[in-house]
Amino acid sequence: MTDPVATDSPARAARAASAPRPGGPGRGRGRRRRSPYPTWFYLPAAVVFGVLFVLPTFASFWFSLTRWTLFDSEFIGLDNFRLFFDEPQLVTGLRNTVVYAVLTSGAKVVLGMLLALFLTSQVAARGYLRSVVFFPVLVSTIGVGITFQVLMDPFGGFINEALAAVGIEGPGWLTDPRWALYSVALVDVWKGVGLATLIFIAGIVTIPREYFEAARVDGAGPLKNFLHITLPLARGATATVITLSLIGGLRSFELIWAMTRGGPGFTSDVIASVIYKQYQAGFYGLSTAGNVVLFLLVTAIVLPLTWLLNRREVEL
Amino acid sequence: MARPRTRALIAAAALAALPLSACSAGSLGSSSEEGVTAITLLVGNAEENVLAAEAVAEAFEAENTDVDVTVETRPGGTEGDNLIKTRLATGDMPEVFVYNSGSLLQALNPQQQLVDLSDQEWVGNVDQAFLDAAGGEDGTYGAPFGAVQAGAVLYNKAVYEELGLEVPRTWDEFLANSRAARDSGRAGIIQTYGETWTSQLFVLGDFHNVLAAEPDFPERYTANQVGYATSPAALRGFEHQQEAFEEGLFNENFPSALYPDGLALLAEGEGVHFPILTGVVSELAQSFPDAIDDIGVFGLPGDDAATNGITVWTPDAAYIPATTEGAELDAAKRLVAFIASPAGCDAQSEGSLPTGPYPVQGCELPEETPAAADDIQVYLDEERATPALEFLSPVKGPNLENLTVEVGSGIRPADDAARLYDEDVAKQAQQLGLEGW
Amino acid sequence: MKALYRWGGGALAIVVTGVVFIVPFVFILLTAMKTRAEANRLEFSWPTEMAVVQNFVEVLETRNYILVIAFINSTILTVASVAGMVVLAAMVAFVLQRRPSRWNPFVNFLVLSGLIIPPAVVPTIWVLQAIGLFRTMPGLILVQIAFGLSFSILLFRAFIATIPREVDEAAVIDGAGPLRLFFTVVLPLLKPVVVTVVVVQAVNVFNDFVTPLYFLPGERNATVQLTLYNFQSQFTTQYNLLFMNILLITIPMLLLYVFFNRQIVGGMTSGAVKG
Repeated sequence: MTDPVATDSPARAARAASAPRPGGPGRGRGRRRRSPYPTWFYLPAAVVFGVLFVLPTFASFWFSLTRWTLFDSEFIGLDNFRLFFDEPQLVTGLRNTVVYAVLTSGAKVVLGMLLALFLTSQVAARGYLRSVVFFPVLVSTIGVGITFQVLMDPFGGFINEALAAVGIEGPGWLTDPRWALYSVALVDVWKGVGLATLIFIAGIVTIPREYFEAARVDGAGPLKNFLHITLPLARGATATVITLSLIGGLRSFELIWAMTRGGPGFTSDVIASVIYKQYQAGFYGLSTAGNVVLFLLVTAIVLPLTWLLNRREVEL
Repeated sequence: MARPRTRALIAAAALAALPLSACSAGSLGSSSEEGVTAITLLVGNAEENVLAAEAVAEAFEAENTDVDVTVETRPGGTEGDNLIKTRLATGDMPEVFVYNSGSLLQALNPQQQLVDLSDQEWVGNVDQAFLDAAGGEDGTYGAPFGAVQAGAVLYNKAVYEELGLEVPRTWDEFLANSRAARDSGRAGIIQTYGETWTSQLFVLGDFHNVLAAEPDFPERYTANQVGYATSPAALRGFEHQQEAFEEGLFNENFPSALYPDGLALLAEGEGVHFPILTGVVSELAQSFPDAIDDIGVFGLPGDDAATNGITVWTPDAAYIPATTEGAELDAAKRLVAFIASPAGCDAQSEGSLPTGPYPVQGCELPEETPAAADDIQVYLDEERATPALEFLSPVKGPNLENLTVEVGSGIRPADDAARLYDEDVAKQAQQLGLEGW
Repeated sequence: MKALYRWGGGALAIVVTGVVFIVPFVFILLTAMKTRAEANRLEFSWPTEMAVVQNFVEVLETRNYILVIAFINSTILTVASVAGMVVLAAMVAFVLQRRPSRWNPFVNFLVLSGLIIPPAVVPTIWVLQAIGLFRTMPGLILVQIAFGLSFSILLFRAFIATIPREVDEAAVIDGAGPLRLFFTVVLPLLKPVVVTVVVVQAVNVFNDFVTPLYFLPGERNATVQLTLYNFQSQFTTQYNLLFMNILLITIPMLLLYVFFNRQIVGGMTSGAVKG
């Protein structure tokens, strides 16, 4: 770092990066001036991503307009979209998707923030508690699904037995149409809150301690600290948690499939599970049209949100 | 990136760590010996299928030492349908696979996907009804795997005797018996919606009565001239299920119970009627050997005692995908021929107990059949049996089981469910490219 | 007051998290130790008869040691995909962060869309089949890499921003080409965030069951999560074996976490948080 050249490096790097053939002298570079940041570094990732993600996504726009058996496809215009919106479970599915995403991401933000505050404060056994909260993240969704299916069984399941012991009659968590979706959402929060907490902790520990010390001199209480220091300065973390858990919630499929398969009946169906059922039935074109709809829905909700969250950060 | 060789090395290393008894052939990729053709037989993962398939493979290998058969399992239900479709479409199907006959076969596009077996010798020995379900005018694609079963009511004879009940011949009698059972502190009708497919029997098992009322129903159904919501006879199945729910005849834990739970209720006399596919009797015989003589069968009754009968399911069939070639094709054809021979039936019976006859000439049922099988035989002998709709029409929707769960749980009324099922069916018919949809 | 918070709060938290987070784990453990009949009662109780060894052996032996094969498959899949993600994503993030160009908005857009857009499953099968990689392990690995790139790039990019450009300059002056600069100078400096990416993505890939379900069907190709999925229908009334399976396939990720526990927050601190 004591190299004298280093002092003017930011300017030079900027030049080197912006101009295709920068003319500045470069010691030891010899031959041709080449950027140390070659564009071809994008290439391997671009190939994989392009072939296995971008290409199928574009292909899906075409296939969503066809009746498709994998052997051959027949162009049928917008029929699949019409069929998809006629799907009896679609209205339920749409509503459930949004409710599920908002509930789970909201709960993860609030609980994650509270837990992170608590676990960065002067409390005993912090290390242990952080690990415990994070453990569920490590178990597979299907493993969690099966475990809670058993625990939540209304007939002899542990949760209702325990509730009965204190005189509460537990509901049919997964079998009562009024409860099923919320029960799965609850388990989703149980499983995901650890990751949210971790991100919040990471955000909180980067806040310089001087802010809190200055606040203490000013006589600010914990609530003031939180509102005026922690919340604004951990906004990056909050944005990350909201975005990630909202995307996850809108696309969520595995846990619902493992626990209720959209049931009883269609009462806990979300768009992703409707799409999967159509895929299972061999309605590939229809299922692909559903995927396009889901894609548009997620984009319509998440893009403005990302923009909003980032803009406010800039204003700060 | 793991190249196949690296992978094989790691696999070999891991295998070496296992006790030697673990390395049965094919457990880690197929090891090909000189002169031995290795083929795979894919079956559904229900216990009775797996046991029957393993017994068949063993008996076949004993006769054909130049062929090595590995049994592979797949999930059942819609999951299995999907797996079969993708594996066929991507050329990844094992040499022989067992799958439903009837409408589900039609959805596989058999003309393009499967080997036509109509030139095989065994075809002459197989019942025409089966050949119709496992093929069509343009060919025969499968040999019968398993025996005929009924979609009917399993009932506990001991409880019937204790309560002084008689086998019902109409729906009203059936309801009366169920009420009597309920009032004696038992579950009148066992339902197990923890496994959704079990909820469909009120509708699918009622087809004998539908056909009795409307003999041209299958043709008109295939041509989109009638549906479950528009035919009063067909709608009855949905209505029956709704009635049964509203009368409170079900076992208390029906929303989450699995069908083995249902079998336990029935065998222990805590439940009296269980509408189900009778193939489960094989499992019942294993789990509750003492109770098996107490379990009988009757067809789901309709409104008219005069036309009382039972709805039967044609067995699954063993198919060969068009991608099988050369020595494997030859071995596969021999295996299929074996399955459709008396020796093949015997092997299947050894693996799992049949509840109905095999549709192959010369196949005998084992000496000791469960009481349920005898009951079904009576219907067959008296010609009071009708194949289920899926064997008479290629049209079947994928969502029936979710709709019947809703009807049986009081979430949705019968007529609404029937209307939605008709819409569900339309998608399948359009996918098949049928005329009139 | 402070001591009360420190110890009282801690103790209270231990009790609450114990009930909420530990009880389900203990339930898995207890059920995995029981005999079939006792496990099927679904009770939260100490097993009256220890069957832990029998259950272990029986689960391993099921369907010709399919679980052992699945562990091999899952290990190959996880290691290869995570290694691929780390290298490819770090390369992209490095150039993306260091070299502003007219490509950047486009690349950023792709990264974001990779995060938002649900993968189009059936068309992906169609593409894989066209290039001959459907139902092959390399195919599945590439799919996992493609699906995991976006999140990894975001983590890497934020971290690379904290590494001073002077480091690159010094290496370039010493005559390092782009490859050497990246692999011998920059990548080692990324270690904290590499750990984070490795843990997060390894958990994702190892625990994923939908992607293998779609892209690598076939019993011989089963991953550990698929065995659990299949056992679920096969062991409908053998909860002891089902939970033994859950237990066994959870252990690798628990170990991974225990090893890297302390480093994970470090990578996050600079990564996701600054977005």
